[in-house]
Amino acid sequence: MPITKLLIANRGEIAVRIIRAAKELGLKTVQIYSLADTESMAVKMADEAVNVGPPHAAKSYLNVEAILNAAKETGADAVHPGYGFLAENAKFADAVRAAGLIFVGPSGDAIRTMGDKVAARVAAEKAGVPVVPGSGGRIEDPVEALKIAENIGYPVMIKAAAGGGGRGIRIADSRAEFERLMPQASAEAQAAFGDGGLYIEKVINNARHIEVQVLGDGKRAIHCFERECSLQRRRQKVWEEAPSHALPQHVRERLCATAVALTEAVNYVGAGTLEYLYDDASEQFYFIEMNTRIQVEHPVTEMITGIDLVREMIRVAGGEPLRFKQSDVQRKGHAIEVRINAENPAEDFKPFPGTVTGLRIPGGAGTRFDTMLYDGYQVPPFYDSLLGKLIVWDETRDMALARMRRALAELSVGGLKTTKPLHQLLAADSEVQKAKFHTRWLEGWLESNAEKLREADNR
Amino acid sequence: MPKEILSPLPGTFYRRPAPDKPNFKSEGDVVAVGDVIGLIEVMKSFSEVKSDVDGKILKFVTDNEEPVMAGQPLVEIG
Repeated sequence: MPITKLLIANRGEIAVRIIRAAKELGLKTVQIYSLADTESMAVKMADEAVNVGPPHAAKSYLNVEAILNAAKETGADAVHPGYGFLAENAKFADAVRAAGLIFVGPSGDAIRTMGDKVAARVAAEKAGVPVVPGSGGRIEDPVEALKIAENIGYPVMIKAAAGGGGRGIRIADSRAEFERLMPQASAEAQAAFGDGGLYIEKVINNARHIEVQVLGDGKRAIHCFERECSLQRRRQKVWEEAPSHALPQHVRERLCATAVALTEAVNYVGAGTLEYLYDDASEQFYFIEMNTRIQVEHPVTEMITGIDLVREMIRVAGGEPLRFKQSDVQRKGHAIEVRINAENPAEDFKPFPGTVTGLRIPGGAGTRFDTMLYDGYQVPPFYDSLLGKLIVWDETRDMALARMRRALAELSVGGLKTTKPLHQLLAADSEVQKAKFHTRWLEGWLESNAEKLREADNR
Repeated sequence: MPKEILSPLPGTFYRRPAPDKPNFKSEGDVVAVGDVIGLIEVMKSFSEVKSDVDGKILKFVTDNEEPVMAGQPLVEIG
């Protein structure tokens, strides 16, 4: 069933991005909005807009009933969930389909399988994808737990089975420490989540975060190569690249092949990302999880492959088979994306909502700025701090870095504090220029560069 | 004229530390300077709202999960 009218169940820059793709496909668009977003760029761009509630996201962007009503009222026949909010909510995907609409994404069951850490791990192992060595599931018996820890080797991570967001995680460097921490972790998990179940995983030190972009139509899947997102703060990505500078070609081929195998094994429909940890020294990669949606950093993949991922996911959701064979997907050059957030890096990334003045958006060759900003726009305090994503492409990584420095200097967002000064310092950093980083690298860098960030703020 | 505790930031006001936890303070409670009376969420980052006066809470003029502007009254203190 082809889609004719697409409802965008999201906001911000990704809503703008989805509207653009929909318009290029000749679709009508319906933008939902909260009372805090009446003046948003997405509302102005869409053919129709429907208010779904007050500013608080739980009452608007997460209000399934109001969203489905908006679709019914406007005659939309498909829903794009974007990222965040309801994008990986299996019940929402089911509810959209139960209402007779197309959900632009995989089935509720695929979201459930890949969203559950233990189930995803089992599916990955079955498809022959390497996973982080560990207990492979929840474990309650301390004797059994110790045996597994001894087997995989220290340091090991003890995680609450019911946990999330970094809570209930402990790291043991030795047998003695493991024996001391295991009961503590169990008690804490019981107190925090009402479930003392734990699982154990090997700690991969100084690992890189590498992820593979996939597209599937339910029968067949292709990969669009990898991205590296090792520069993170509090597990939030701040800088992303494609391809990874650290990956030898023979490893890349294996990594991408395993991603396709797992995607096909779950009959995946739409755009998805398989996330891995990668260890430079051993050239080993380990699957950690799959994100069953479009990701913030998808543009770097678009820049090196020339494929419009958002458009493709809408096409396959409408029932079209994938238009590309694997051999059609070629990569060229290097792309870098930096996240411009309304946060002050000189003040521990304090959020900084406000009114945008004197906006200057970078342009020129190989330069893209995905944003919902316009002059006079009031950035509401109720949602994510992402204001835009500055993406550059060039023939080589060094050239892309030079282009990024040039584009950042052009960017001006008045009236707010943003993460632009952070990215200017990173783009000029000698370690970043050598791509010598891992997922914990940025935290240390921020500590040693606090003074420079304060100076940049005062200039 | 009752005193007021004002929101220091724009964002969403919460009266509880977590959805499954009791309110920080109820109407009729006595508060001292420095007592936490709620949280403000600004762009997914949470800050405590502390009382800058001593007294008794007469009324919460802003409800749980309501949007607030900086400087908007949250609580009346008698």
